[in-house]
Amino acid sequence: MSTSTNLSRVRAGTTESPWVRRTLIGIALVFMLLFLVLPLAAVFTEALRKGFGPYFDGLLEPDAWAAIKLTLLTAAIAVPLNLVFGVAAAWAVAKYEFRGKAFLTTLIDLPFSVSPVVAGLMYVLVFGSHGWFGNWLSDHNIKIIFAVPGIVLATVFVTFPFIARELIPLMQAQGNDEEQAATVLGASGWQTFWYVTLPNIKWGLIYGVILCNARAMGEFGAVSVVSGHIRGQTNTIPLHVEILYNEYQSVAAFAVASLLALLALVTLVIKSVVEWRSEQERKAIADLPPERPQASSGALA
Amino acid sequence: MAPPVAVPVRRGGAKRVLPGFGLTLGYTLFYLSVIVLIPLSALVLRSFSLTGEQFWTAVTSPRVLASYRLTFGASLLAALVNLVFGLLLAWVLVRYKFPGKKIVDALVDLPFALPTAVAGISLTALLAGNGWIGQYLEPLGIKLAFTPAGVVIALIFIGLPFVVRTVQPVLEDTEKELEEAATCLGATRLQTFTKVILPSITPALLTGFAMAFARAIGEYGSVIFIAGNMPMISEITPLIIIGKLEQYDYGGATAVAVVMLVFSFILLLVINGLQAWQRRRAGMPA
Repeated sequence: MSTSTNLSRVRAGTTESPWVRRTLIGIALVFMLLFLVLPLAAVFTEALRKGFGPYFDGLLEPDAWAAIKLTLLTAAIAVPLNLVFGVAAAWAVAKYEFRGKAFLTTLIDLPFSVSPVVAGLMYVLVFGSHGWFGNWLSDHNIKIIFAVPGIVLATVFVTFPFIARELIPLMQAQGNDEEQAATVLGASGWQTFWYVTLPNIKWGLIYGVILCNARAMGEFGAVSVVSGHIRGQTNTIPLHVEILYNEYQSVAAFAVASLLALLALVTLVIKSVVEWRSEQERKAIADLPPERPQASSGALA
Repeated sequence: MAPPVAVPVRRGGAKRVLPGFGLTLGYTLFYLSVIVLIPLSALVLRSFSLTGEQFWTAVTSPRVLASYRLTFGASLLAALVNLVFGLLLAWVLVRYKFPGKKIVDALVDLPFALPTAVAGISLTALLAGNGWIGQYLEPLGIKLAFTPAGVVIALIFIGLPFVVRTVQPVLEDTEKELEEAATCLGATRLQTFTKVILPSITPALLTGFAMAFARAIGEYGSVIFIAGNMPMISEITPLIIIGKLEQYDYGGATAVAVVMLVFSFILLLVINGLQAWQRRRAGMPA
């Protein structure tokens, strides 16, 4: 009798009454609906406001195609560059001890703190016609600002930390034991990385790559500063959306925007799958019986 | 034969069994310099070419001051809203079961995945006088689109995941035993929350808040569509930089950019400090 009242008191103390619970869930869901679901739904309804005909007209227009191609090209350059950097930086930071490591990780995170517009301005000051290399570049007939290389550079900057900051904590948590074992057994550096490290970090790697890709394809502020907005030439998808929107071509603007919204949804799905799979693997490893408990205790004795 | 002289062990030498230290650190520093450090120093050096007076006039003209007030004020307000609702969302996602929870959890990251320009035009379409939400607010005399209030709403959207994603893992790790102990000692549920749970998640809450604030200050894409961009009223600081650039006022643009950059650095240091505090709380080395 007394135990059961005690139990129910304890239970009441570690959770809320059903009424409070339902209210909190309700408020949370309404907030989600207003701030996340409605904006997402609005993209598609606005795009299809006049039916599928105008929707596909907006997508198949040559300038829209040029924007799509440029965005794919930009992501195809920026993501691999940051992937190689991310792996190298994570290897250096996670596998070794050296002075200034904390400062280095702060510097790697820096691009997240810089406003995209400021990032774009930096590249204008280096490569623009009034910039450091402006004269040299124009003498050699190389165009970076208001051209594709500038767009790629700005995109690389804003997506710079994504993969590195995903991999650094992951590789730090895994430690060096497996790699050291591989090296002692005679594996070369590349073999160690390829057969030991990479399988351990693959989910983190994919996670970083898809987030990096989503940002690379969707970046607006930084790219807007360096692009010059030449239709069909230096317009990425987000910039094309802006032009159409400012020209009051609402349906076309939302049609092109719906491509980016779809990209966002695909990104979220892949992200959830990756989280689920890595969780499964983690659990599977945790469920394994501890290795050689007998042997180790025997060795101690 | 003399025994081989012991090789002097470098500091941390024992950990350098693995190859590739020089290669990976070298490449990291090279890439970091080319992409981040050199362009960043270009910005700082360019600002030195201005006289002190030119710099001061550029960063304190009335229009620029008005933009600071809007950018910082709206960002602070949005980050506060995210602090409250982010905690609520994290709490609901960690502690309760309800249908569709997995989808809600995945959807929290939408602002990270959805390009800001898309968020901007979509929020504008919702809140404009003929939009789904705007049409009900307009007759009541509430105008959100093309006003500073619209800026706050866009910034709430942008910063939404930060608090949720920093608080969620900490909340998952909190020990139920402490709450049980508090209850057994006679605490009400509200007391348990404010005296036991809240202190343990405070560092994470503040980290998320600072991250949302920092992100909001630099935000451009989602805001310019909904703000209306009226000088002195609804013009954000990044737009001031773009405006100066379009008038070929590189010096003025650089000066305002340096002000923003200094503030970003301060926030970055604050966030680093908060994260170290959080690690100490969790009993890990800082």
